[in-house]
Parts: sequence; structure tokens; C-alpha cells
Amino acid sequence: MSTLAEAPRDQFQTDANRTATDDVRRLAVRRALSNYQTARNRTGATFTDWKSARSAAATIKHEAVNHLDKYLEEFERKFTARGGKVFWASNSEQARNYILELAAARGVRSIVKSKAMTGEEIHLNPALLAAGYGVVESDLGEYIQQLKGEAPYHFVFPCMHLRRDEISDLFEKELGTAKTDNPEELTMIARRVLRRAYIDADMGISGGNFIVADTGMVSITENEGNARLTVGIPKIHVALIGIEKVVPCLGDLALLLPMLATAGTGQHLTGYNSMYGGPRQPGETDGPEEFHVVLLDNHRTRLLADPEQRDALHCIRCGACLNVCPIFKNIGGHTYGTTYQGPIGSVITPHFRGLQDWKHLSGASSLCGACTETCPVGIDIHHHLLRNRRNAVQEKPAPSESLVWKMFAFLMRRPALYKFASRFAPLGSMLHPLIERTALDPVRAWTDTRDFPSAPLRSFRSQFKAHQAQKAAAISQKGGAK
Amino acid sequence: MNSQNGDREAILGRVREALRVPAPLKHPAERSAGGEPTTAHFREWLPPVGPSLDEKFALFAKLSETLRSELIVCADLAQAAAEISSLSSAESWKTIALHRGGLLDKLAPLLPSGLAQLCVDGGYDKNALEACDAGITECELLVAQTGSVCVTSDNSGGRVLSVLPPHHIVIARQTQLVTDLTEAYESLAAKYRANYPSMISFITGPSRTGDIERILVLGAHGPKRLTILLLP
Ligand code: SF4
Repeated sequence: MSTLAEAPRDQFQTDANRTATDDVRRLAVRRALSNYQTARNRTGATFTDWKSARSAAATIKHEAVNHLDKYLEEFERKFTARGGKVFWASNSEQARNYILELAAARGVRSIVKSKAMTGEEIHLNPALLAAGYGVVESDLGEYIQQLKGEAPYHFVFPCMHLRRDEISDLFEKELGTAKTDNPEELTMIARRVLRRAYIDADMGISGGNFIVADTGMVSITENEGNARLTVGIPKIHVALIGIEKVVPCLGDLALLLPMLATAGTGQHLTGYNSMYGGPRQPGETDGPEEFHVVLLDNHRTRLLADPEQRDALHCIRCGACLNVCPIFKNIGGHTYGTTYQGPIGSVITPHFRGLQDWKHLSGASSLCGACTETCPVGIDIHHHLLRNRRNAVQEKPAPSESLVWKMFAFLMRRPALYKFASRFAPLGSMLHPLIERTALDPVRAWTDTRDFPSAPLRSFRSQFKAHQAQKAAAISQKGGAK
Repeated sequence: MNSQNGDREAILGRVREALRVPAPLKHPAERSAGGEPTTAHFREWLPPVGPSLDEKFALFAKLSETLRSELIVCADLAQAAAEISSLSSAESWKTIALHRGGLLDKLAPLLPSGLAQLCVDGGYDKNALEACDAGITECELLVAQTGSVCVTSDNSGGRVLSVLPPHHIVIARQTQLVTDLTEAYESLAAKYRANYPSMISFITGPSRTGDIERILVLGAHGPKRLTILLLP
């Protein structure tokens, strides 16, 4: 990955150029996704009516997001009544500080984490490590990425880009284990190491897939059981969740959980779907003594304030739009340089981190619409990419580009002038090779990787005219013969 | 920032300000009179389940197979105990963990005498639980549509018993089989009213991961095996 100091746009361009020609990596990604589409289609086909289910899911999220204040307050009331604690964080720093202060106040030494993209978003791990806490990621993919010192590649499949031999080498280097090319053995190595992490940790940190307002619960979806252990064993738990994750009622999950599983991995239901309503209750066997929920804004309200793109907050982070995206498959997850990769990341990152710095992501799209088609909550993803492009130009017009378009429009409205100007095209074609692929070349972005087509000697107009004349002559001949 | 609950007022203020302009509903769906989306229709769109007990059972059995859960229909508690006993000798168990409950209280005395029992009620040593060869729990419900077992902290021995030992054995009655998640949530609501257990978990198959090249491996962190003993 390129350095952070680089402007996001330059980093994107450099990494995209490199990864697009990295056939080994692309093959690994393609192979990892090859079963996904089959599984998803198979499970999707068992639905009596996927489209209606999608509309209903979209309606649930629309209701929740458009009454966010009401449902968040309801959640807070219910969750607090059961002994939970709710903390509202406007930004990353407030969220980090709350967790750091809590850990310090309780004398925490080691922390076990289950998958939380919000943790990546606020750079929680570096802050905890800097403060001297031991932090272990427990989701297998996240654990591998942590050992590798790399950000997740995909927000659902964190290490999908790695081959088993690379993982085996990594384990050998970091854990001193013997080489193996068996995924099961590799998984068992991680299982052994991580078992200790759950038992020894004083604090567990997780994300959350849904916040349930009417019962005051946090719902977590996972396959491995690591979140169950993270929320079950340590005596303090912190769930770090974006404010948009709320749904009105527990019963809504009867629809959303199967849809998340189907779109995300092609399963009927993910391995563990667990709803937590606070810390251990009186009379219960186990569970944390304290359960904190950190509700994270971090510019989500900025996206909320844009009614045109507000539905991007309906996202349930299933990852389906990444899995079907031709751009993702070619440039890979790290190239985006964002916490949330792929089409949805390109939509929301400019809102979270600045339109001008991140507008290039919205340009990196074929606008094929595969993302919109696959989204289980019907987000208008590819149109939002267009809207970001429009907004970026409105906010900061590009004078040279608009001058070019103005000249073009001027020309197009004057046929005589156009005809005259097009005579020069073959001349341009002849001279262009002299400066092709040099700094002087005005179309270098194109010629760097492709040949520039040469202008034909006869324009379309003159060919058309000649053709019409021929046709007229033919008709009059026929008429004469009659 | 208020250290008690943080930036609560500021965030709610920004939310309310942002919501002053409504956003269009692009995918309208059925809603009840109260404006809330209705859950009643979910059943019409999700994968179908037959109404009879036989159909529910057939689907649950089929999904269990796909999920690699082991479903064993038992005539009575004695047969369930015998099944556990044969699993125990096949895997050479030394200790099993369990909890108190209507079914388990009757089952526990029938288990092999050489097999030590760790009862988690009233607290347990987590290292001792981790060392157990299997955990036996009751469950709230079984869900036909998804092949899931629903456990709660209230009736399944807390939060950890069903996920820490490498083999999870569930003992359930056929009457606990419900159609789908909607029915499961309705039935939990009817049982607990507002006083839900602090954990409700739908377990769908043994613990699994596909993180390495998307190849399925069972027993990532939780149980490698899930055995469901179904009594009449
Ligand atoms: S935008 Fe839609 S498809 Fe993409 S991750 Fe979110 S919910 Fe899934």
C-alpha cells in the first residue's frame, strides 16, 4: 500500500495501476468470489419473492433512518433500563477517548475484539496499543490481517486476497508453527491461540449489525462464534456502532437477518445471530458486568442531511456490492484507501471524509449498476456515484474542463464552423505522433495505455453526402427504365 | 462534551436538523396503520415452510444436513442418554458441562457414571469450562425455515456454555419446532414480555469460517460439532 501522506487520489491511481496488472492477486480474488455468486443465487431463489422482501427491508430502514432521533432515544431508554450504558460520540476522538478512559478506570490489561469496521474507522487498535493494552482481533480474517499489519481487504471477507501458502508463511513467521497447505489446519492454529485470548481478556470490544429500538438490544451477526465468546466471557463489554444501524423492532430482524445472510455470503442464515440486551441480568449464569454501547456519528449526520443520498445510510454492510463490482475485482480492496471499500464505500466516503479529497472514487465506476441490482435494501448506489460527481463539480467547478465543453458546444451549434474545423482533424492526426505520450500530449491520460485513433481523411458528412447522391442517381435511373 | 453520556444533545440536534427535509421512499412496501412496517407479510416473501409439523420437521432435517448439524430423533430420554454415551466413548470424553433445567435434570442421572459433569449454574471457572469435551444445553426453539437452534441466557445455561466447548449437544422436544424467525420472535415476546434474557442467539450449524480462500472449515472458534437430540 502507498504511504498515507500521499493525496488519496494519487494513492488510488498508483495502487490501481499496480493492482490492475497484478494477475496473481486478481486470480486469488476471483477464485475467492467464484462460489459466492452460485451460493447467493441458489439461496436467493428459495425466497418466494425477493423483490418484495427487498422493498420491505428498504422500508424498515427508511422508517428507522428518517426517525433516527426517536429510535435512538428509545434504544437508549430501554438499554439503560437494563443496566447498559450508552455513550454518544460525535467523532473518532471522542469514541477512542471514552474507551481508553474506561479501560484505564477499570484496570484493564488485555482486550479481545470481534470484528468491528467502526473500530477500523476510528483507528482504535493503534490507540489501544499505544496506551499499552494487549489487543487481539478474534475473527479469523481480521486476526490474519492484524498479524500481517494490514487493513482488511473487504469489510466482510477481510483476507480474501491471500492464498493459503501466504497465510501459512505468515503463521510460521509470527507464531512459529509448521507449514501447511490445509485451510483446516491453519484455522485450528488460530483457534488454539485465540482461545487463550478470550479467557484472559478483561475487556471485549465488538461492533454491531443492528440496534433494536423497541427491546433495547444490539444484534451481532457472525459465523465463527468469536463474537459470542467476546461478548460472553470478559467482564466488561463495549459495542461500537454507527448511529444508522438502528431498526424499530425486534421482529424486523426476522426479515433482515435472512436477507443479510443471503446477500452477504449466500447462506440462509449466518452461523450466529445474537441479540444482547445489556449486561448479565440478576439470576443469570454469566455475561459481562458492564455493557457499554458507543453510538458513533463521525459525519453520518452529514450524509443524513442530504435527502437525495440519505438512503446510503440504509446499508446493512452485507458486502454484496463489492462482490459483484467489476472495479473491485480488478483494483482490489486496499486501493480504495478507505475503511469501507467498493461501491458503497465510494458513495459514503466523500460524505464522511470530504468530497474534494475522495471524489475520484465516484469516477472509478463503470456505472454498470450491478451494485444497485444486488443490494438487499435497494440503495441507488450507482446513481449516487453520479450525484457525487455532479456535487463535486458544482462545489468546485473545473474552469479548464468547462471551457473545453463550452468551446465544444459553440462548435456543435455552428455546422459551417464545425465543417471547417473538422478539416483540420487529419492534420492533427499527422502531427500528434510527434508529441504522443510526452508531457505536451493533451490526451496523455488516454495514450498512456491505449492507441489514439487517427482521424479519417473523409468526414462522415462528406461520405454521407456522396452516398445520398449515389442513391438519388440510382433511383432516377430506375425511374427512367420504367 | 458531557462525560456522562457524551455528545448526546449535539448529535440528536444534528439528526433533527438533518431530518427537516424528508427523503423519498423509493421502495414502498406494506405498512400497518401505525406507520410501522408490518412483520405479518414477511412470511409471504421469505423461503416457504409447509404448515404441518411433518413439513416443518422435513425442512429442519434437510437444512440440518446442509449445515452439517447432526440431528438425531430420540424416542425418549433413555435413548438420548444412550446417544450421548456413544458420542462420549467415540470421542473419549472426560468431562461434560451442562446446566439445570426441566429436561436436563432428568437426563443428567442417566448419563454414564464415568463421565464427570460440570454444572454452570451459579458460576463456573472459565478454564474448567474451556477444558470440557462437550456442552449440553436445552434450547428455546428450533426454527424450521433456517435450521436454527435458538438459545437464550435464560434457559440454555447462560451465554458461554453453548459456544465454548468443542461439541455442543442440544436437547429439545418436537413441540419446540417453530416455522420461521417471525414465529420465533413472537413466541419469545409472549414468553418473556418486556423482560427478555440478556442474550438471545440463533445458532445455525456448527461454528464455521470461510476466511481462508472462502473454503468452509468447521469449528473456527465455537463448536466443531452440533448435535441436536430431538425428543417427541
Ligand atoms: S450498499 Fe447494499 S449491497 Fe452494498 S454493502 Fe450495503 S447493503 Fe450490501
